[in-house]
Amino acid sequence: MTDTTNQAPDLFDKFDGIIHTRTELLAGGVEDPFNLVMERVISPTRAICNGRETILLGTYNYMGMTFDPDVIEAGKQALENFGSGTTGSRVLNGTYRGHRDCEDALREFYGMDHAMVFSTGYQANLGIISTIAGKGDYIVLDIDSHASIWDGCALGNAEVVPFKHNDIEAMDKRLGRIPAGAGKLVVLEGVYSMLGDIAPLKEMIAVAKKHGAMVLVDEAHSMGFIGEHGRGVAEAQGVLDDVDFVIGTFSKSVGTVGGFCVSNHPKFEIMRLVCRPYVFTASLPPSVVATAATSIRKLMQGGAKRAHLWENSQRLHGGLTKLGFTLGTTEPQSAIVAVIMPDLERGAAMWEALLKEGLYVNLARPPATPANMTLLRCSLCAEHSTEEVETILGMFERAGKAVSII
Amino acid sequence: MDRSAVDTVIRTLIEPFNKKQVSIEDSTTFAGDLEFDSLTVMDFVAAIEDEFDIIISMNQQAEIETYGNLVDAVHTLQGK
Repeated sequence: MTDTTNQAPDLFDKFDGIIHTRTELLAGGVEDPFNLVMERVISPTRAICNGRETILLGTYNYMGMTFDPDVIEAGKQALENFGSGTTGSRVLNGTYRGHRDCEDALREFYGMDHAMVFSTGYQANLGIISTIAGKGDYIVLDIDSHASIWDGCALGNAEVVPFKHNDIEAMDKRLGRIPAGAGKLVVLEGVYSMLGDIAPLKEMIAVAKKHGAMVLVDEAHSMGFIGEHGRGVAEAQGVLDDVDFVIGTFSKSVGTVGGFCVSNHPKFEIMRLVCRPYVFTASLPPSVVATAATSIRKLMQGGAKRAHLWENSQRLHGGLTKLGFTLGTTEPQSAIVAVIMPDLERGAAMWEALLKEGLYVNLARPPATPANMTLLRCSLCAEHSTEEVETILGMFERAGKAVSII
Repeated sequence: MDRSAVDTVIRTLIEPFNKKQVSIEDSTTFAGDLEFDSLTVMDFVAAIEDEFDIIISMNQQAEIETYGNLVDAVHTLQGK
């Protein structure tokens, strides 16, 4: 160690900043917000977390399908009849009857011609975006896009052009400056998960089409809940037919894990051979696709649950506003209600105070958040009762006063 | 527009973003000297794109580290 001339830097030195922030935060005595363990899960809305019975308000389990008896039964049957895993790629030995059935369920759910199931939602964005937009093509996307969208851009070779969040004019101008003859892909989300706000898809998609662009919409946080049939924000705004690719996930309303893309593009099936994040990974276990297919078909009949979830979202949003909290949106737009914290320290203190009250929410902080905000993100479930939402509001009131945020 | 005219326009555009009144040379870096975060970069790039009616893609931005790099890039792009 005496001769340092030949010594390369420790590759971990680049993380010193984040290690320092984390050490300082934990030195203040708060429970680690990113190291919570659920010892037992009682229902879609209740678990034992760090030893306490806790109401879950940060799971994205919007429709509460994780403990649905039909879903559980389908998973058990598949586990018994098809085994614990496929040990193979979808294009080799990893396509079982259940995978095809799950894709059929998605086609029925969206009323579209093609459906392709990926092992996660992250991989669906990664794979589709990086594969369809190639060298010389342009991806025009919202600056607040999810990490999986950005990583899809980074994996591919297209020119990447972001525009200000939900800014129709900024998007229009950028599309107008793309050189003639270049392929164009516009990437949008139905619900932006950090603040829970929705996109003006009707106007944005009209602008995209005016410029001849193809449109991909990530409906991860709206599937099952928003739109008459739960197909998402594009359905609710009457423009689903103009969307070329819908990306979604099984890890929110569907209640398991996996991702997908649905499309009416006549050549869509070729994706199965050219999309590397689809080809070079093992397919989902049979029990997972069986639970997903069952859940998706039940979500088609989820009208009553959707109505109750809207009530919950409105009750929580209205109650928190009345208590004096600053929220991400002035009116409820989705099942996500984001409470804006003054800074990371008080955000972490508030998060911990809520956990001690018996409430779990997501602590979100830069760089995942827009404008470097610290957020306490609440995601509601159709299985939260009206009384539970009132209990949650009481917890927020006590914790908010204890931490002097309200 | 020649390079020095492009330089003059960008100098005006950068003013509201140069919060610390750093004196700007061709070698001034955006991340280091000007301490631009990602949001500032987005707003600043948008201002330049609108002024010159060009696109500076993220791929091109990755190559731009200094003020001089930026003036060169815009000078090249606006001629296209």
